[in-house]
Amino acid sequence: MEPIVRFKDVRKSFGTLEVLKGVTLDIMPGTVTALIGRSGSGKSTALRCINALEQINGGELHVCGRALHNGGFDLRALRQDVGIVFQSYNLFPHLTVAQNIMLAPRRVKKIGKDEARALAEEVLSQVGLLEKADNYPEQLSGGQQQRVAIARSLAMKPKLMLFDEVTSALDPELTGEVLKVIEKLAESGMTMVLVTHEMNFAERVADQIAFMHHGTVWELGSGEMLRAPKTPELQQFVGSGL
Amino acid sequence: MNYEFDFSFLGEYGQDLWDGTLLTLWMTAVSIIPGFVVGTACAVGRLYGPPWVRKAATVYVEAIRNTPLVIQVFWLFFGLAVLSVRIDAFYAAVIALVINVGAYTAEIMRAGFESIPKGQIEAASCLALSRWQSLLYVQLPQAVERVYPALVSQFILMMLATSIMSQISAPELTGVAYQIQAFTFRGFEVYLVIAVIYLAVVTLLRAILTGLGKVIFPRRRRLGTPL
Repeated sequence: MEPIVRFKDVRKSFGTLEVLKGVTLDIMPGTVTALIGRSGSGKSTALRCINALEQINGGELHVCGRALHNGGFDLRALRQDVGIVFQSYNLFPHLTVAQNIMLAPRRVKKIGKDEARALAEEVLSQVGLLEKADNYPEQLSGGQQQRVAIARSLAMKPKLMLFDEVTSALDPELTGEVLKVIEKLAESGMTMVLVTHEMNFAERVADQIAFMHHGTVWELGSGEMLRAPKTPELQQFVGSGL
Repeated sequence: MNYEFDFSFLGEYGQDLWDGTLLTLWMTAVSIIPGFVVGTACAVGRLYGPPWVRKAATVYVEAIRNTPLVIQVFWLFFGLAVLSVRIDAFYAAVIALVINVGAYTAEIMRAGFESIPKGQIEAASCLALSRWQSLLYVQLPQAVERVYPALVSQFILMMLATSIMSQISAPELTGVAYQIQAFTFRGFEVYLVIAVIYLAVVTLLRAILTGLGKVIFPRRRRLGTPL
Protein backbone atom coordinates (compact mmCIF):
# COMPACT_ATOMS: atom_id res chain seq x y z
CA MET A 1 0.00 0.00 0.00
CA GLU A 2 1.12 3.53 -0.82
CA PRO A 3 1.46 5.98 2.05
CA ILE A 4 -1.18 8.74 2.01
CA VAL A 5 1.40 11.24 3.27
CA ARG A 6 5.11 11.01 2.61
CA PHE A 7 7.61 13.46 4.09
CA LYS A 8 11.05 13.11 2.54
CA ASP A 9 13.74 15.30 4.10
CA VAL A 10 11.25 18.19 4.39
CA ARG A 11 12.67 21.58 5.32
CA LYS A 12 10.80 24.68 6.36
CA SER A 13 12.12 28.03 7.53
CA PHE A 14 10.46 31.13 8.85
CA GLY A 15 12.89 33.85 7.81
CA THR A 16 16.26 32.76 9.16
CA LEU A 17 14.75 30.32 11.64
CA GLU A 18 14.79 26.77 10.29
CA VAL A 19 11.90 24.98 11.97
CA LEU A 20 11.92 21.72 10.01
CA LYS A 21 15.42 20.42 9.37
CA GLY A 22 14.76 17.36 7.26
CA VAL A 23 11.61 15.56 8.36
CA THR A 24 11.09 12.10 6.94
CA LEU A 25 7.90 10.27 7.78
CA ASP A 26 5.37 7.99 6.08
CA ILE A 27 1.73 7.90 7.04
CA MET A 28 -0.32 4.93 5.87
CA PRO A 29 -4.04 5.07 5.09
CA GLY A 30 -6.28 4.07 7.97
CA THR A 31 -3.67 4.71 10.64
CA VAL A 32 -3.33 7.19 13.46
CA THR A 33 -0.06 9.08 13.79
CA ALA A 34 0.71 11.18 16.85
CA LEU A 35 3.30 13.92 16.66
CA ILE A 36 4.72 14.64 20.08
CA GLY A 37 7.53 16.82 21.32
CA ARG A 38 8.36 20.04 23.06
CA SER A 39 7.01 23.40 22.02
CA GLY A 40 9.12 24.65 19.14
CA SER A 41 10.12 21.17 18.03
CA GLY A 42 8.31 21.67 14.72
CA LYS A 43 5.37 19.28 15.20
CA SER A 44 2.64 21.85 14.47
CA THR A 45 4.58 23.21 11.50
CA ALA A 46 4.96 19.71 10.10
CA LEU A 47 1.23 19.13 10.51
CA ARG A 48 0.36 22.43 8.84
CA CYS A 49 2.58 21.56 5.86
CA ILE A 50 0.33 18.57 5.12
CA ASN A 51 -2.57 20.76 4.01
CA ALA A 52 -0.31 23.49 2.65
CA LEU A 53 -1.03 26.01 5.38
CA GLU A 54 2.75 26.29 5.31
CA GLN A 55 4.77 25.92 2.11
CA ILE A 56 7.87 23.80 2.44
CA ASN A 57 11.28 25.12 1.42
CA GLY A 58 13.03 21.85 0.66
CA GLY A 59 12.65 18.10 0.34
CA GLU A 60 9.57 16.30 -0.91
CA LEU A 61 6.07 16.14 0.46
CA HIS A 62 3.40 13.94 -1.10
CA VAL A 63 -0.18 14.18 0.15
CA CYS A 64 -3.04 12.14 -1.32
CA GLY A 65 -1.18 11.71 -4.59
CA ARG A 66 -0.09 15.36 -4.91
CA ALA A 67 3.48 16.60 -4.87
CA LEU A 68 3.25 19.67 -2.65
CA HIS A 69 6.94 20.53 -3.15
CA ASN A 70 6.40 21.15 -6.85
CA GLY A 71 3.64 23.72 -6.50
CA GLY A 72 1.01 23.90 -9.18
CA PHE A 73 -1.25 21.46 -7.36
CA ASP A 74 -4.93 22.28 -6.84
CA LEU A 75 -5.02 23.77 -3.34
CA ARG A 76 -8.79 23.60 -2.97
CA ALA A 77 -8.87 19.96 -4.04
CA LEU A 78 -6.15 19.24 -1.47
CA ARG A 79 -8.17 21.00 1.23
CA GLN A 80 -11.17 18.81 0.37
CA ASP A 81 -9.07 15.70 0.88
CA VAL A 82 -7.44 16.91 4.09
CA GLY A 83 -9.52 18.21 7.00
CA ILE A 84 -8.00 20.09 9.92
CA VAL A 85 -9.16 20.91 13.43
CA PHE A 86 -7.46 23.73 15.32
CA GLN A 87 -6.69 24.36 18.97
CA SER A 88 -8.88 27.47 18.89
CA TYR A 89 -11.86 25.70 17.17
CA ASN A 90 -12.34 28.61 14.74
CA LEU A 91 -16.05 28.05 14.40
CA PHE A 92 -17.83 30.85 12.55
CA PRO A 93 -19.52 32.78 15.37
CA HIS A 94 -22.22 34.36 13.20
CA LEU A 95 -23.56 30.99 12.03
CA THR A 96 -25.43 28.30 13.93
CA VAL A 97 -23.79 24.94 14.50
CA ALA A 98 -25.68 23.43 11.56
CA GLN A 99 -24.85 26.40 9.31
CA ASN A 100 -21.18 26.10 10.24
CA ILE A 101 -21.23 22.51 9.06
CA MET A 102 -23.38 23.09 5.97
CA LEU A 103 -21.40 26.04 4.58
CA ALA A 104 -18.55 24.21 2.86
CA PRO A 105 -20.58 21.25 1.53
CA ARG A 106 -23.10 23.69 0.07
CA ARG A 107 -20.68 26.22 -1.40
CA VAL A 108 -17.77 23.99 -2.33
CA LYS A 109 -19.49 20.74 -3.21
CA LYS A 110 -22.68 22.52 -4.31
CA ILE A 111 -25.04 20.09 -2.61
CA GLY A 112 -28.63 21.16 -1.91
CA LYS A 113 -29.79 22.73 1.34
CA ASP A 114 -31.82 19.73 2.49
CA GLU A 115 -29.06 17.31 1.68
CA ALA A 116 -26.58 19.53 3.51
CA ARG A 117 -28.85 19.66 6.55
CA ALA A 118 -29.12 15.87 6.58
CA LEU A 119 -25.35 15.66 6.32
CA ALA A 120 -24.95 18.12 9.21
CA GLU A 121 -27.28 16.04 11.36
CA GLU A 122 -25.38 12.90 10.47
CA VAL A 123 -21.97 14.28 11.50
CA LEU A 124 -23.45 15.96 14.58
CA SER A 125 -24.80 12.59 15.75
CA GLN A 126 -21.34 11.19 15.23
CA VAL A 127 -19.95 13.69 17.75
CA GLY A 128 -23.04 13.44 19.99
CA LEU A 129 -24.30 16.99 19.52
CA LEU A 130 -27.38 16.62 17.34
CA GLU A 131 -29.49 18.58 19.83
CA LYS A 132 -27.18 21.61 19.45
CA ALA A 133 -27.71 21.95 15.69
CA ASP A 134 -29.52 25.28 15.93
CA ASN A 135 -27.46 26.83 18.70
CA TYR A 136 -24.73 29.36 18.12
CA PRO A 137 -21.11 28.48 18.94
CA GLU A 138 -20.95 30.87 21.88
CA GLN A 139 -23.77 28.94 23.54
CA LEU A 140 -21.60 25.82 23.68
CA SER A 141 -18.80 24.78 26.03
CA GLY A 142 -15.25 24.60 24.69
CA GLY A 143 -15.43 20.85 24.40
CA GLN A 144 -18.70 21.02 22.51
CA GLN A 145 -17.32 23.68 20.18
CA GLN A 146 -14.34 21.49 19.43
CA ARG A 147 -16.61 18.54 18.68
CA VAL A 148 -18.59 20.76 16.29
CA ALA A 149 -15.32 21.75 14.62
CA ILE A 150 -14.55 18.04 14.17
CA ALA A 151 -18.04 17.48 12.73
CA ARG A 152 -17.60 20.44 10.38
CA SER A 153 -14.42 18.90 9.07
CA LEU A 154 -15.99 15.44 8.78
CA ALA A 155 -18.84 16.81 6.68
CA MET A 156 -16.39 17.36 3.82
CA LYS A 157 -15.67 13.61 3.87
CA PRO A 158 -11.90 14.06 4.00
CA LYS A 159 -9.48 11.21 3.33
CA LEU A 160 -7.23 12.45 6.09
CA MET A 161 -7.84 14.49 9.24
CA LEU A 162 -5.31 16.68 11.01
CA PHE A 163 -5.68 17.66 14.67
CA ASP A 164 -3.53 20.54 15.88
CA GLU A 165 -3.41 20.39 19.70
CA VAL A 166 -7.17 20.22 19.76
CA THR A 167 -7.47 19.72 23.51
CA SER A 168 -4.84 22.20 24.67
CA ALA A 169 -7.40 24.90 25.46
CA LEU A 170 -9.71 22.57 27.40
CA ASP A 171 -9.93 21.46 31.01
CA PRO A 172 -9.45 17.72 31.74
CA GLU A 173 -13.15 16.91 31.72
CA LEU A 174 -13.79 18.58 28.36
CA THR A 175 -10.57 17.10 27.02
CA GLY A 176 -12.01 13.68 27.77
CA GLU A 177 -15.15 14.20 25.70
CA VAL A 178 -13.16 15.44 22.71
CA LEU A 179 -10.65 12.59 22.90
CA LYS A 180 -13.52 10.11 23.03
CA VAL A 181 -14.79 11.48 19.70
CA ILE A 182 -11.34 11.26 18.16
CA GLU A 183 -10.91 7.72 19.43
CA LYS A 184 -14.23 6.71 17.88
CA LEU A 185 -13.07 8.20 14.59
CA ALA A 186 -9.86 6.21 14.81
CA GLU A 187 -11.85 3.03 15.32
CA SER A 188 -13.90 3.83 12.22
CA GLY A 189 -10.69 3.69 10.20
CA MET A 190 -10.18 7.40 9.55
CA THR A 191 -6.59 8.33 8.73
CA MET A 192 -5.48 10.87 11.28
CA VAL A 193 -2.43 12.87 12.24
CA LEU A 194 -2.54 14.55 15.60
CA VAL A 195 -0.25 16.91 17.38
CA THR A 196 -0.90 16.29 21.04
CA HIS A 197 0.39 16.63 24.55
CA GLU A 198 -1.90 13.84 25.79
CA MET A 199 0.69 11.09 26.16
CA ASN A 200 -1.68 8.46 27.52
CA PHE A 201 -4.06 9.09 24.67
CA ALA A 202 -1.28 8.94 22.07
CA GLU A 203 -0.05 5.68 23.52
CA ARG A 204 -3.50 4.12 23.49
CA VAL A 205 -4.80 5.32 20.12
CA ALA A 206 -1.84 5.95 17.85
CA ASP A 207 -0.48 3.30 15.51
CA GLN A 208 2.72 5.25 15.21
CA ILE A 209 4.22 7.97 17.35
CA ALA A 210 6.78 10.42 16.01
CA PHE A 211 8.78 12.20 18.66
CA MET A 212 9.97 15.44 17.13
CA HIS A 213 13.05 17.21 18.36
CA HIS A 214 15.09 20.03 16.78
CA GLY A 215 12.98 19.97 13.62
CA THR A 216 13.39 16.29 12.84
CA VAL A 217 11.66 13.02 13.68
CA TRP A 218 13.99 12.06 16.48
CA GLU A 219 12.40 8.76 17.37
CA LEU A 220 9.63 6.83 15.64
CA GLY A 221 7.73 3.88 16.98
CA SER A 222 4.50 2.45 18.31
CA GLY A 223 2.91 3.23 21.67
CA GLU A 224 5.48 0.96 23.32
CA MET A 225 8.15 3.51 22.47
CA LEU A 226 6.96 5.82 25.24
CA ARG A 227 7.59 3.10 27.85
CA ALA A 228 11.02 2.24 26.55
CA PRO A 229 12.53 5.32 24.90
CA LYS A 230 15.77 4.72 23.06
CA THR A 231 17.06 8.28 22.90
CA PRO A 232 17.88 10.29 26.00
CA GLU A 233 15.84 13.21 24.60
CA LEU A 234 12.64 11.17 24.49
CA GLN A 235 13.49 9.67 27.85
CA GLN A 236 13.71 13.11 29.31
CA PHE A 237 10.54 14.24 27.51
CA VAL A 238 8.35 11.38 28.74
CA GLY A 239 10.04 11.51 32.12
CA SER A 240 8.97 15.08 32.58
CA GLY A 241 5.53 14.56 31.09
CA LEU A 242 4.24 11.46 32.85
CA MET B 1 -37.03 91.53 23.63
CA ASN B 2 -40.51 91.23 22.28
CA TYR B 3 -40.17 89.01 19.27
CA GLU B 4 -43.47 87.72 17.97
CA PHE B 5 -43.37 84.22 16.62
CA ASP B 6 -45.21 83.80 13.39
CA PHE B 7 -45.67 80.31 12.03
CA SER B 8 -48.39 81.23 9.58
CA PHE B 9 -46.08 80.29 6.67
CA LEU B 10 -46.72 76.66 7.59
CA GLY B 11 -50.11 76.84 5.98
CA GLU B 12 -48.94 78.29 2.71
CA TYR B 13 -45.65 76.35 2.43
CA GLY B 14 -46.65 73.14 4.18
CA GLN B 15 -46.70 71.25 0.89
CA ASP B 16 -43.22 72.50 -0.03
CA LEU B 17 -41.86 71.41 3.32
CA TRP B 18 -43.42 67.99 2.85
CA ASP B 19 -41.93 67.65 -0.65
CA GLY B 20 -38.54 68.76 0.66
CA THR B 21 -38.70 66.20 3.46
CA LEU B 22 -39.55 63.45 0.99
CA LEU B 23 -36.68 64.48 -1.28
CA THR B 24 -34.24 64.42 1.65
CA LEU B 25 -35.46 60.96 2.61
CA TRP B 26 -35.38 59.70 -0.95
CA MET B 27 -31.86 61.07 -1.57
CA THR B 28 -30.67 59.30 1.56
CA ALA B 29 -32.47 56.06 0.80
CA VAL B 30 -31.07 55.66 -2.70
CA SER B 31 -27.53 56.55 -1.58
CA ILE B 32 -27.19 54.12 1.30
CA ILE B 33 -26.91 50.81 -0.55
CA PRO B 34 -24.64 52.01 -3.39
CA GLY B 35 -22.56 53.87 -0.79
CA PHE B 36 -22.20 50.68 1.24
CA VAL B 37 -21.27 48.67 -1.85
CA VAL B 38 -18.66 51.22 -2.99
CA GLY B 39 -17.22 51.44 0.52
CA THR B 40 -17.06 47.70 1.02
CA ALA B 41 -15.48 47.17 -2.39
CA CYS B 42 -12.85 49.77 -1.52
CA ALA B 43 -12.16 48.20 1.86
CA VAL B 44 -11.73 44.80 0.24
CA GLY B 45 -9.57 46.29 -2.50
CA ARG B 46 -7.42 48.13 0.01
CA LEU B 47 -6.94 45.06 2.19
CA TYR B 48 -6.71 42.19 -0.26
CA GLY B 49 -6.33 43.67 -3.75
CA PRO B 50 -3.24 43.79 -5.97
CA PRO B 51 -0.94 46.80 -5.38
CA TRP B 52 -2.51 49.07 -8.00
CA VAL B 53 -5.99 48.46 -6.58
CA ARG B 54 -4.73 49.20 -3.07
CA LYS B 55 -3.16 52.41 -4.28
CA ALA B 56 -6.22 53.51 -6.25
CA ALA B 57 -8.55 52.79 -3.31
CA THR B 58 -6.26 54.68 -0.93
CA VAL B 59 -6.14 57.73 -3.22
CA TYR B 60 -9.93 57.74 -3.53
CA VAL B 61 -10.54 57.36 0.20
CA GLU B 62 -8.01 60.01 1.21
CA ALA B 63 -9.04 62.49 -1.50
CA ILE B 64 -12.68 62.32 -0.45
CA ARG B 65 -12.14 62.28 3.29
CA ASN B 66 -9.87 65.29 3.15
CA THR B 67 -12.01 67.66 1.08
CA PRO B 68 -15.37 69.25 1.97
CA LEU B 69 -18.49 67.63 0.61
CA VAL B 70 -19.74 70.92 -0.79
CA ILE B 71 -16.61 71.23 -2.94
CA GLN B 72 -17.03 67.65 -4.16
CA VAL B 73 -20.60 68.42 -5.13
CA PHE B 74 -19.65 71.59 -7.01
CA TRP B 75 -16.78 69.86 -8.69
CA LEU B 76 -19.04 67.07 -9.89
CA PHE B 77 -21.93 69.34 -10.88
CA PHE B 78 -19.93 71.99 -12.71
CA GLY B 79 -17.32 69.53 -13.91
CA LEU B 80 -19.98 67.54 -15.69
CA ALA B 81 -21.40 70.74 -17.13
CA VAL B 82 -17.98 71.57 -18.59
CA LEU B 83 -17.98 68.14 -20.22
CA SER B 84 -21.44 69.16 -21.48
CA VAL B 85 -23.06 66.32 -19.59
CA ARG B 86 -26.38 67.67 -18.42
CA ILE B 87 -27.52 66.01 -15.27
CA ASP B 88 -30.40 66.69 -12.94
CA ALA B 89 -29.40 68.21 -9.59
CA PHE B 90 -30.95 65.24 -7.80
CA TYR B 91 -28.76 62.72 -9.62
CA ALA B 92 -25.68 64.87 -9.16
CA ALA B 93 -26.49 65.00 -5.45
CA VAL B 94 -26.93 61.24 -5.20
CA ILE B 95 -23.71 60.53 -7.08
CA ALA B 96 -21.82 62.94 -4.84
CA LEU B 97 -23.33 61.40 -1.71
CA VAL B 98 -22.46 57.87 -2.83
CA ILE B 99 -18.88 58.87 -3.62
CA ASN B 100 -18.60 60.70 -0.31
CA VAL B 101 -20.18 58.14 2.00
CA GLY B 102 -18.39 55.37 0.13
CA ALA B 103 -15.03 56.72 1.27
CA TYR B 104 -16.06 56.88 4.91
CA THR B 105 -17.74 53.49 4.73
CA ALA B 106 -14.53 52.08 3.28
CA GLU B 107 -12.64 53.03 6.42
CA ILE B 108 -15.35 51.65 8.71
CA MET B 109 -15.52 48.38 6.79
CA ARG B 110 -11.74 48.13 6.74
CA ALA B 111 -11.77 48.28 10.52
CA GLY B 112 -14.46 45.60 10.50
CA PHE B 113 -12.48 43.26 8.26
CA GLU B 114 -9.27 43.83 10.21
CA SER B 115 -10.95 42.96 13.49
CA ILE B 116 -11.73 39.41 12.35
CA PRO B 117 -9.31 36.87 13.86
CA LYS B 118 -6.97 35.29 11.31
CA GLY B 119 -8.13 31.86 12.41
CA GLN B 120 -11.51 32.52 10.81
CA ILE B 121 -9.98 33.07 7.39
CA GLU B 122 -7.67 30.10 7.87
CA ALA B 123 -10.61 27.88 8.82
CA ALA B 124 -12.59 29.00 5.76
CA SER B 125 -9.66 28.33 3.50
CA CYS B 126 -9.07 24.90 5.10
CA LEU B 127 -12.70 24.01 4.34
CA ALA B 128 -11.82 24.55 0.66
CA LEU B 129 -13.83 27.75 0.36
CA SER B 130 -12.42 30.08 -2.31
CA ARG B 131 -11.16 33.57 -1.45
CA TRP B 132 -14.43 35.07 -2.63
CA GLN B 133 -16.57 32.55 -0.79
CA SER B 134 -14.61 33.20 2.37
CA LEU B 135 -15.11 36.93 1.95
CA LEU B 136 -18.80 36.63 1.20
CA TYR B 137 -19.88 34.02 3.72
CA VAL B 138 -17.34 34.30 6.54
CA GLN B 139 -15.65 37.70 6.60
CA LEU B 140 -18.27 40.12 5.28
CA PRO B 141 -21.12 39.13 7.64
CA GLN B 142 -18.82 39.30 10.66
CA ALA B 143 -17.30 42.60 9.57
CA VAL B 144 -20.70 44.22 9.03
CA GLU B 145 -22.05 42.95 12.34
CA ARG B 146 -19.04 44.28 14.24
CA VAL B 147 -19.17 47.79 12.74
CA TYR B 148 -22.92 48.10 12.26
CA PRO B 149 -23.39 50.89 14.85
CA ALA B 150 -20.65 52.92 13.16
CA LEU B 151 -22.28 52.36 9.77
CA VAL B 152 -25.62 53.58 11.13
CA SER B 153 -23.96 56.77 12.43
CA GLN B 154 -22.29 57.30 9.10
CA PHE B 155 -25.54 56.99 7.16
CA ILE B 156 -27.24 59.40 9.54
CA LEU B 157 -24.41 61.87 9.03
CA MET B 158 -24.96 61.42 5.33
CA MET B 159 -28.64 62.22 5.68
CA LEU B 160 -27.77 65.44 7.49
CA ALA B 161 -25.22 66.22 4.79
CA THR B 162 -27.95 66.19 2.15
CA SER B 163 -28.66 69.74 3.36
CA ILE B 164 -25.62 70.81 1.33
CA MET B 165 -27.39 69.79 -1.87
CA SER B 166 -29.43 72.99 -1.77
CA GLN B 167 -26.19 74.55 -3.07
CA ILE B 168 -26.80 72.95 -6.43
CA SER B 169 -30.48 73.87 -6.17
CA ALA B 170 -31.78 70.44 -5.29
CA PRO B 171 -35.05 71.32 -3.53
CA GLU B 172 -34.47 69.18 -0.46
CA LEU B 173 -35.48 70.27 3.01
CA THR B 174 -32.81 72.93 3.53
CA GLY B 175 -33.28 74.24 0.00
CA VAL B 176 -36.98 74.63 0.65
CA ALA B 177 -36.18 76.45 3.89
CA TYR B 178 -33.99 78.98 2.05
CA GLN B 179 -36.87 79.75 -0.26
CA ILE B 180 -39.53 80.08 2.41
CA GLN B 181 -37.21 82.26 4.42
CA ALA B 182 -36.57 84.46 1.40
CA PHE B 183 -40.28 84.92 0.80
CA THR B 184 -41.41 85.33 4.41
CA PHE B 185 -38.36 86.76 6.24
CA ARG B 186 -39.30 84.42 9.08
CA GLY B 187 -35.82 82.83 9.24
CA PHE B 188 -35.88 81.92 12.92
CA GLU B 189 -39.21 80.15 12.75
CA VAL B 190 -38.42 78.46 9.45
CA TYR B 191 -35.17 76.98 10.70
CA LEU B 192 -36.80 75.96 13.96
CA VAL B 193 -39.36 73.97 12.00
CA ILE B 194 -36.65 72.55 9.74
CA ALA B 195 -34.60 71.45 12.75
CA VAL B 196 -37.61 69.64 14.20
CA ILE B 197 -38.24 67.92 10.87
CA TYR B 198 -34.60 66.81 10.61
CA LEU B 199 -34.79 65.49 14.15
CA ALA B 200 -37.92 63.51 13.29
CA VAL B 201 -36.50 62.16 10.05
CA VAL B 202 -33.21 61.14 11.66
CA THR B 203 -35.10 59.40 14.45
CA LEU B 204 -37.09 57.54 11.82
CA LEU B 205 -33.96 56.55 9.87
CA ARG B 206 -32.21 55.38 13.04
CA ALA B 207 -35.23 53.27 13.96
CA ILE B 208 -35.33 51.72 10.48
CA LEU B 209 -31.61 50.92 10.44
CA THR B 210 -31.71 49.51 13.96
CA GLY B 211 -34.68 47.36 12.98
CA LEU B 212 -32.83 46.23 9.87
CA GLY B 213 -29.93 45.21 12.10
CA LYS B 214 -32.26 42.91 14.02
CA VAL B 215 -33.34 41.28 10.77
CA ILE B 216 -29.90 40.77 9.23
CA PHE B 217 -28.14 39.60 12.41
CA PRO B 218 -30.25 36.71 13.73
CA ARG B 219 -27.51 35.71 16.17
CA ARG B 220 -27.54 39.11 17.77
CA ARG B 221 -31.32 39.16 17.89
CA ARG B 222 -31.36 35.83 19.70
CA LEU B 223 -28.42 36.25 22.04
CA GLY B 224 -28.11 40.02 22.31
CA THR B 225 -24.33 39.77 22.58
CA PRO B 226 -21.70 41.47 20.42
CA LEU B 227 -19.73 39.28 18.05
